[in-house]
Amino acid sequence: MNHKILQKKNGTAGPESGRPFSRKGESEVFWNRRRKTLFVLGAAVTYLTVVLLAGLFLSPECYEIDYSAKFTAPCLKHPFGTDYMGRDMFFRSVKGLSNSIGVGILASAVSSVIALILGVAAALTGGAVDRFVNWCVDLCMGIPHLILLILLSFMMGKGQKGVLFAVALTHWPELTRLVRAEVLQVRSARYVQASYRMGKTRLQIAREHMLPQVLPVYLIGVVLLFPHAIMHEAAITFLGFGFPAEVPAIGVILSESMNYITTGKWWMAVFPGLMLLAAVMLFDAAGENLKRLLNPNSGNEA
Amino acid sequence: MQDIHKEPVLSASHINFRYGKNAPLVLKDVNLSLEAGERTALVGPSGCGKSTLASILAGYERPESGEVLWEGKPLERTGYCPVQMIGQHPEQAVNPRWKMEKILRECWDPEEDLLQRMGIEKSWMTRWPIELSGGELQRFCIARVLGPETKFLICDEISAMLDVITQAQIWRILLEEAERRKMGMLVITHNRALAERVCSRMVLLERPLNPSIP
Repeated sequence: MNHKILQKKNGTAGPESGRPFSRKGESEVFWNRRRKTLFVLGAAVTYLTVVLLAGLFLSPECYEIDYSAKFTAPCLKHPFGTDYMGRDMFFRSVKGLSNSIGVGILASAVSSVIALILGVAAALTGGAVDRFVNWCVDLCMGIPHLILLILLSFMMGKGQKGVLFAVALTHWPELTRLVRAEVLQVRSARYVQASYRMGKTRLQIAREHMLPQVLPVYLIGVVLLFPHAIMHEAAITFLGFGFPAEVPAIGVILSESMNYITTGKWWMAVFPGLMLLAAVMLFDAAGENLKRLLNPNSGNEA
Repeated sequence: MQDIHKEPVLSASHINFRYGKNAPLVLKDVNLSLEAGERTALVGPSGCGKSTLASILAGYERPESGEVLWEGKPLERTGYCPVQMIGQHPEQAVNPRWKMEKILRECWDPEEDLLQRMGIEKSWMTRWPIELSGGELQRFCIARVLGPETKFLICDEISAMLDVITQAQIWRILLEEAERRKMGMLVITHNRALAERVCSRMVLLERPLNPSIP
């Protein structure tokens, strides 16, 4: 695989150029998918933990109101500038993203557990339970996600509680489908049936055959769910159905910044937006790479 | 189809079977008795239900009505089934996420000698199923069910995907093992010559007279 890539890269270097000699070629070999995945995953986890912990232990003094410094453009003292109340945007963004990550973790945890229970139950019991779970999945997927989030958040009285409930309870349908399909597939597989006939118990088969098949899919699902949860938290907060205005949340910051963007205060939207984008993209990349790595059909490629 | 024998070890009586509730009957009132140590060939046109009957005899499928008896008692649903089946698609019969070593030793430890005679090479043990050919996988599938607890073997087109030399090799070992431990066999094949060479009796399975099957 690598060999082919190298030959393409060094195509003009003559017929004897079969082995890697250029710097570019070597880096191509070094960055195989396994390394790249580990690197991206490491970067994503580091970024998220640093932001999460920094936000948790950040003293509120760091983003105190200071009217003497309002609307400061990015400078050394305020790298992300300040807002209309003179609050430091860098620390506010860190605190806001930290809150969002917290919501994301909670949502992934709750949604993935719901998905696991419903998916396994649907696949193993079949019949009425299966139909009911499928009906619930269809119902939830049939409503546009953002509208469902707003409805749930509104129902729970908006604010912190509303956003937590809405984000945690609406991210399970896709993962439920995935888990159900995997369990169904492995359950009816010939090798599982053969294993039963070879005297293996249900527990042994669940542990030896089913878990190794379902777990990677499930984990990837959880990782890919995470950026969705963060995005949706920011989205409903931005629309005013999430965190209240005094909580430094990314959605609140972005929605406030929209009031000033026409007057040229670009830093209030750009930097928090970039931080959110980085978090979401890092996790998405990590999930996609994991997916390719753990799939046996592409696991041995490069 | 009706066979009268002295002491059948594995018998199916009045088997009816269909896939799904309203599907047409695949097997209709099928009776079959197999003696211990006897090798029987099951022949019939494609789609007449040979593999389905084999699945029922090995306990993979439950018949709609009728019963399968092993030594006079209904076939146990749990524990090691004395009737084992080898199928025609070895790649479906192995877990793609397991290494060959683990697949081979799922229920017993085949001795070195048997593996050698089966032509299973040591270097294959650390591979994934996707890295072996169908014929190589089939040897593993056969070796893993040749344990001492297996008293009857159902071979459903097990050699159709192999070249003739490997076919001969595998059948020779299977016959040796069957002779040695007086193991009965039910062989499903479209190969007349093979059936005649391997088996002492031939049973013809006909399509059920069912107008809904074209």
